[in-house]
This record gives sequence, C-alpha cells and structure tokens, in this order.
Amino acid sequence: MLELATISLINGVVYGLLLFMLTSGLTLIFSMMGVLNFAHASVFMLGAYLSFQLGRYVGFWPAIVIAPLACGLVGAAIERYGLRRVHSSGHVAEILFTFGLAYVIEELVTMIWGRNAVANDVPATIDFALFTVFGTTFPAYKGLMMAISVAMFVFLFLVLTRTRIGLIIRAALTHPRMVDALGHDVPGVFALVFAMGSALAGLAGVIGGFMLLTQPTLAHAVGPIVFVIVVLGGLGSLYGALVASMLIGILQTFAVAVDYSLADALRAMGVAIVRGSPLYEVASIKLATAAPVIPYLLLVLMLIVRPRGLFGTRDA
Amino acid sequence: MRAYRTVGLALACALGAGTAAADVRIAFIDPLSGGAASTGILAQKTHQFYIDAINAAGGLNGEKLELVSFDNKVNAQESLIQLKKALDDGARFVVQGNGSAVALALTDAVQKYNERNPGKEVVYLNYAAVDPALTNEKCSFWHFRFDADADMKMAAMTNVIAQDKKIQKVYLINQDYSFGKAVAAAANKMLAEKRPDIKIVGDELHPLQKVQDFSPYVAKIKASGADTVITGNWSNDMVLLIKAGKDAGLKVNWETYYGGSPGTVTAVREAGVGTLKQVSEWHKNALPELDATVASFDKRFPGVENEYAYWRAKTMWELFAAAAKKAQSNDPVKVARALEGMKMQTSLGEVEMRADNHQILQPLYVSTLERGQKYDAEGTGLGWKTDAKVDGKATSLPTSCKMERPK
Repeated sequence: MLELATISLINGVVYGLLLFMLTSGLTLIFSMMGVLNFAHASVFMLGAYLSFQLGRYVGFWPAIVIAPLACGLVGAAIERYGLRRVHSSGHVAEILFTFGLAYVIEELVTMIWGRNAVANDVPATIDFALFTVFGTTFPAYKGLMMAISVAMFVFLFLVLTRTRIGLIIRAALTHPRMVDALGHDVPGVFALVFAMGSALAGLAGVIGGFMLLTQPTLAHAVGPIVFVIVVLGGLGSLYGALVASMLIGILQTFAVAVDYSLADALRAMGVAIVRGSPLYEVASIKLATAAPVIPYLLLVLMLIVRPRGLFGTRDA
Repeated sequence: MRAYRTVGLALACALGAGTAAADVRIAFIDPLSGGAASTGILAQKTHQFYIDAINAAGGLNGEKLELVSFDNKVNAQESLIQLKKALDDGARFVVQGNGSAVALALTDAVQKYNERNPGKEVVYLNYAAVDPALTNEKCSFWHFRFDADADMKMAAMTNVIAQDKKIQKVYLINQDYSFGKAVAAAANKMLAEKRPDIKIVGDELHPLQKVQDFSPYVAKIKASGADTVITGNWSNDMVLLIKAGKDAGLKVNWETYYGGSPGTVTAVREAGVGTLKQVSEWHKNALPELDATVASFDKRFPGVENEYAYWRAKTMWELFAAAAKKAQSNDPVKVARALEGMKMQTSLGEVEMRADNHQILQPLYVSTLERGQKYDAEGTGLGWKTDAKVDGKATSLPTSCKMERPK
C-alpha cells in the first residue's frame, strides 16, 4: 500500500509538472496578450520534432537549446506576420487564425516526418535510472523534466514581477497607448512575448517528446488537457496553472490506483445496489476506469461554480 | 443480365470522371486521417499491392479490380456515411479492418442493404476487426473475416502460457471497448481452464487511445506482483504502455496481440528481448526466406512506416481470386458462395474459410522478440522468433453462429 502510494505520488508529480511545462507558455501568452493560442500544442509538437532532427546532427545538449530557440523564432514570425494582421479584427479572428494554424503545422509535420511516430529515443547521456524506490526505477530524463518545469516557473515569475521588461509587458497589456507614448515598442513587446511563449512550448516538446509519442497526432493528444488546466487554474494565472497541473496530475494518478466503484462506497455505507437495478451499470464503474475523465469533470464543475478558475481575475 | 450489368458499369465508368476502365469496384473504408491513419494507410497500400498483382495477371474473369478508398476516421457513424457513398459509387465489395465497433456497424448495414436491394448485393471482407461476436452471435452471410478472432489468438497464447510453469501471476490490461473486453473475457476463461493455478492479479480496462501517461497503470501492475501482462492494446496504447513499463524498470512477460504494431519494438528495444511476445498470422522470420511478394512490397514501398504487416491481406486476395475463378463470375453472391468452405495451400500451411461462420482458419504464430534474427523489426536489430506455431485447423473454436443464407 505504502509502495503504491509512494510511486503514485511520484508519478503524479511528474505528470503534473509535464502538464505545467505544456501550459506555462500558453498562460504567458494569454495573460500578456489576451490571445487564446490554439496552436500552442502544435508548437510543442514542433519542439519535439526539431529536437529529434537536430539531435541526430548536433547531439542532444545543443538541440535542447536550439530547438526551443527555433520554436521561439517560429512564434515571433507567427505573431509578426499572422496574428498582428488579424488582431484588428478582434479575438474571434485571432482564435480562428491559431486554430487553422494548428492544422497547418500538423500537415507540415506529416509531410516532413511522416504519419508514424519517429524513433525519438532518450539520448544515452540521460538514459539511466536516477534512483530506485521499491524496485521501481525513476528515469533520469523525467528528473530533468521536473527540473526544467520548476525552472520555467521560477524564470517566468521573476521575469514578470522582478524585471523592467516584465513591467513593460504588463503595462503594455492594459495601457498599450501610454506605453507606446513613453517610447516603448509595443508591437515588438508582443512579438517578444509570443516568441517566449512559443520557446517554452518548444522546450517542453523537447523533453515531453521522450515521454509521449513524437507523431503528428501529438498536438491533438495533449491539446484538450492543456486547455482544461488553463481554465481550471484561471485564465492567465501562472500560479493557477501550476496548482491546476499538480492537482490534475496527482488526482488522476491516484484515481487509477483505486479499484473501488461507487457501488462499493455505497455498500460500505450500508446501501446496496444489486445487479439488475437501473443504476448498477453506472455505479459499478471502477474509479480507475473513470480516471481519465476526471480532468474534464473538474472543468465542467469549475465552469459552473467558479468560471474564472482557481486563481483567475476575470471570467472565462 | 450480365450484359446489362456490363453496360451499366461501362456507363458508370464513363460518367466517373474518366477513370481507367475498372469493372469490379472495391471500397476500402478505413481511417486515412487522424490518430489511426498510419495503420489505415499501410493497409490501403497492402490491399492496393495485391489488387495490382491480380490485375497484372489479367484480372478476374476478364474484369479488372479497382480499389476506391473512403476515410471513416475509425468512427462507426462516419463509416455508414462512407458505405452509402461507396454504394452510390457502384462498389460491390467492401474492405474494412480497423475497429470492431465499425465492423459491427458495417455488417449490420450491409445485411440490411442486401435484404432491401436484391440483385445488387454487397460482400464485406474484414481483414482485421477481431471481436468474436462478428462470427458468432452477430454473424452474417455477407461478412467474411480473414484475421483470427480474439478468442482464437487467446487460445494460441494461453497454450504457450500453459507450458511455462514460471508464470504464476497474470495481469490483464485492455482497452475499454468491445474488443478489449473480449480479450479480458477470453483470458479469464481460458486461463481458468488450462492453468487453474495461475492467479489473475488484475483485470484493468482503460479508455481507448486517450491515456498519455501509463506510469500509474505500470505502478499498479508492479504492486500486484504480476510476472506476466496480457494485453490486446494496439497502436499508441500498446507503445505508451510498454514505454512506461520500460521507464519504471518493470520486469514482466508481455503477452500481446499487437506487440508487432508499428513503433512498439522501437519503443522497448533491448528491454523487450525475451519478454515481448505476440500472436500473429505471420512474422518476418516465420519462413527461412522472406516471401517474394513481401520483398517486392518492401521495394515498392520503402521506409520504416511502410514495414510489411498484413500477411492476411495476401491470403485474403488469393482466396478471393480463387473463389471468383471457381464461381466463374465476379458477382458478389456467387463469389461469397464459392468462398464458403474454400481451402487453399499457402507457404505457411493450409488456410480455410469456414462455411458455418465465415471465419478464416490460418496458421498462427506465437513469437518472441530476440537478438540475432535474420530479419529484424523496424531496423532495430531485433527480430521475432517463433515459439510455437498452431496449424489453421487447430485454431478452430465452436461457434454460436446461425447463419441465414440467401435463397
């Protein structure tokens, strides 16, 4: 029991931090620019592919630097030549633009790397067991992932609250004309923010690609859960994204470990649901089987009870 | 009658945007976009390959075959729409394989269509959907299955397990839909019969193609103390499961249906040596030399994503051609009647299309991933080695099918 609980906790934290890596860039872009970027998971996927490709030529360590930078450049280009043009048409146009972009990126990736998963193996330098608990090994790349995820949080937090550029970014969101009048390049600031968000997605992709499958459907596979976290944590709240990621990661992992159903719980309270009764089918679903639904259930509940999310400042 | 049909078809072809003169239209309804597209597209290429071979040899009864593809996104509802399109397009044969839910919907739709449209019947060739119901309670005269069903594969798998006294605790993990449940049910039943001393320490169902991180499941398998995992998982669910197992250092035998599906060997590599097993109708080292058609397929479609996987498609088209020849007609009803009970010698052994439920009987192989095999998988240097071969006849199981045949 202790064994399963310990391992589940570790797994939950790992999964939670992976989710945070995925969402941090999205949260940054949303909180600073008000753009809900549907192509975020696609840039994540692009990061995984680029690191796979670069890793073959220059090795893993240079790739983990170059791939996110390349994603940042892609992000800057998207902002400069795409988003900026549709910006004047309002949020719906922006959302539709990023939505379409997600499809374009998926098709491009399919054209270049094919439909099947590429062999994005963990590089030899980090392919070892970091430690062993109760006979279960903990791979080093997951350790690296956790470290990067935490570093991302600290970096974003410090940049936004402790630096001059963070001050300008935040001011540009609420008072763009005033910031402009003070001599700051507001469009440039927005391009920088979008590039930074994209670079974070790319970095997440480099390391996330080892844990998930590097294939064209990757963006599609992680897309929905990313939005669940952003809404749950509160749109635009970095802190909220971290809390929501950890919450979902740990909750979902522990739910898988629980082999009890609603019927079992009711039986313990003295209420028996017998086979054949109308509720039997639903009540006898084990929590473990329902685990992957939990994030979406939380999403619906949150939208009903508190639409702004855990730490959000405005309604979704 | 025949003259009218030929005239009608010729007219249809003339109207059909000037496509090459094709006489027999075969609709391929499978995923060509979305998550399962890689499997669907590989199957499409394989069917095309064998149909081209039939055409190159002069076609069937003087007519050429044409494969027309329809994308169903592995969705039952979408498949019915595509079937309608295919029928409007003049297709008389339907080929499908991915997803038993789709297969059940298609059998039902084909059955109803044929009842309502006598003289325009359609025959459904299923090359991969393995829910046993399709050749038992839900069987239909119009449906022919060219893959061993989930029970037959489990019988072969459990025969090998029964011999291995080291196996004591088994964990079942499967996808939460008709096929996954069928695998779990078959494993429970057959292990209880063949090795009552084996303890089933877990019977897990997880959502189909939705799980990104299998670590929590692996933690559970580990905590259960299982020495063997039985799974019918395919595609991403197979690859991610075994990857999570490798990461956590889980040491078990992987008894799988689709351990040979694309990406699995690449994901596990050395960690799968001696432990990853699969049940299949063929693998690259089944014969001492690679089959000539497999070699020429590899030449025509190079690359890892095109690695040959559908031996049963070869069997299917050879049997189909033989049936059409025997019937001396490409009329679906006549071909279907000729297919019933048809036997054929292949390089692997005898195959037979059962007349009572339209389930093929073909040799099955239980194989393990090993080093130093002649032909490797996915360029990893590791290849499949046969542990046991079951002859086609021996894979036969009783059926509850009560088939209604057209008069």
